[in-house]
Amino acid sequence: MTAYLLKRLAIAVATLVLASMVVFAVLEILPGDPARLMLGMNASADQVELLRNQLGLNAPLPWRYLHWTGGLLSLDFGRSYTYSVPVIDLVRERLAVSLPLALIALALSTVIAIPVGLYSASRRGRAGDTVAMGAAQLGVAVPNFWFALMLIYVFAVWLRLVPAGGFPGWSAGVWPALKSLLLPAVALALPQAAILARVTRSALIEVLNEDYIRTARAKGLPYRAVLWRHALRNAMIPVLTILGLQFAFLLAGTIIIENVFYLPGLGRLVFQAITQRDLIVVESVVMLLVAAVIAVNLLVDLSYAVVDPRLRSRQ
Amino acid sequence: MTLHIDIPEEKFGSILAKAFRNTAFVAGFFITLLILAMAIVSYAWTPYDVTKLVIADKTQAPSLAHWFGTDHFGRDILSMVMVGARNSIAVALVAVGIGMGIGVPLGAFAAARGGLVDEALMRLNDLVFAFPALLSAIMITAIFGPGAVNAIIAIGIFNIPVFARVARAGALAIWPREFILAARAAGKSSTQISIEHVLPNIATLLLVQGTIQFALGILAEAGLSYLGLGAQPPMPSWGRMLFDAQTRMVVAPWMAIFPGMAIVVTVLGLNLLGDGIADILDPKSRRQR
Repeated sequence: MTAYLLKRLAIAVATLVLASMVVFAVLEILPGDPARLMLGMNASADQVELLRNQLGLNAPLPWRYLHWTGGLLSLDFGRSYTYSVPVIDLVRERLAVSLPLALIALALSTVIAIPVGLYSASRRGRAGDTVAMGAAQLGVAVPNFWFALMLIYVFAVWLRLVPAGGFPGWSAGVWPALKSLLLPAVALALPQAAILARVTRSALIEVLNEDYIRTARAKGLPYRAVLWRHALRNAMIPVLTILGLQFAFLLAGTIIIENVFYLPGLGRLVFQAITQRDLIVVESVVMLLVAAVIAVNLLVDLSYAVVDPRLRSRQ
Repeated sequence: MTLHIDIPEEKFGSILAKAFRNTAFVAGFFITLLILAMAIVSYAWTPYDVTKLVIADKTQAPSLAHWFGTDHFGRDILSMVMVGARNSIAVALVAVGIGMGIGVPLGAFAAARGGLVDEALMRLNDLVFAFPALLSAIMITAIFGPGAVNAIIAIGIFNIPVFARVARAGALAIWPREFILAARAAGKSSTQISIEHVLPNIATLLLVQGTIQFALGILAEAGLSYLGLGAQPPMPSWGRMLFDAQTRMVVAPWMAIFPGMAIVVTVLGLNLLGDGIADILDPKSRRQR
């Protein structure tokens, strides 16, 4: 068990270090001199050179890499070129939008998908299963940003129940803020829920064919108890794996969804930073997202051990 | 000469008969065929010229003259959806080609060699998977500039580890079989065995994964062009049409409805096709349904 955990941890750390090198290298080859972009086309070569020195752009490459990673570790991400504020402040502000959004979406998707998967698996081949899986098949095919547009049309333009976009900020009160996150969260969650429901169903069906399920039924346990206590728990590993993968999709999904709803979140920040060549922001946010993905996948690996006691005793 | 001794040889005719009894396959097959036909026809004929702007006809609701309505430049949406299909299909298909062309040899090589080579390739896979695909695609298109070709590269790169993984897993299951041992005894190299015996046996797996990645590629391309990073105007693309529609939702909702439906139908068709193929050719999944 300890060996398994240590191995997963070592892989996660190694992946993170490699990822940081990749991000750094990629942004090095990005065309466009940030100093030149900040000063505009009319600036003299001397001015640009001065600013390059100030920004530390003329230092040797390995030194700059170490400086950057050292900064990341101490949460000092540097200053944004375009906003002229510390990146960490930008990130903190934007995270207050993106993190609740992603979490609500993840919760929604799980709350929809697990019951649908359970329902379908226990009614395999019957009309209810066919309808549910047909809906899931459709849900997988829907691009979330188009679904978002349709939601805006129905709930914001037509019924006027929620705002069509924008974010009032948490200072405007919890309810108005939550209201403006509702449609984006639904748009993000539904396609994910469709995938998750399919995975849950097929994992459950595989488990329901096992001998111990027959034993549990034979000793007189009601079907519901068998489904929830025995089958669902054993079907959790593929479900957890997909949930972990979906977290990465959700993070990336926020880039588009936040653009659709004009939400001042992390995804919109990184998208704008890329188009504005605000490298320091891009580097930091991308690393943050990658670290989040790696951390979640590590958590999923660890949760296998919690769900499956067999993994705990295995060396 | 190739050996397939332990695969039950099914007649092509019987597979075909089975295929056309499978609802998912039939539905997926005909939807995919329809979309492909639409793209091909668009080269020869569209109801209207998509490059001609007719401001007098702008944002007209669907009618007999314009089945899907017109956009803010008076262009016929149906014609644009038809031409847009070319772009989506081309980008997604070439991206699958890149993924297969590089990923499959890598995966097969990892499975054949094992040990350190295998470990290194799989860790490289982990690395790529750590980057949310869309985020990296945005970065790639930002570096090389927006456009269909760079969208292909951006999506293709993320298909590589997917195919590498599938090919490796499939190949690992084939390697311990007797006919591989026989081929080894006959003095074939591991490259030869991989090509002649392993690949034919994992072809179905790759085909199923191919249709899934094709569908994902269509979605990814739509996302990139929605953000303005895919095919550039005046070339119509489904994602770009949705972007143009967004600010005009109140006056012209059809501008958003039809391109979106085109994406949904295409992706649905490909997913059904993939499910159908998996069903027909994999006895295990057939038993489970």
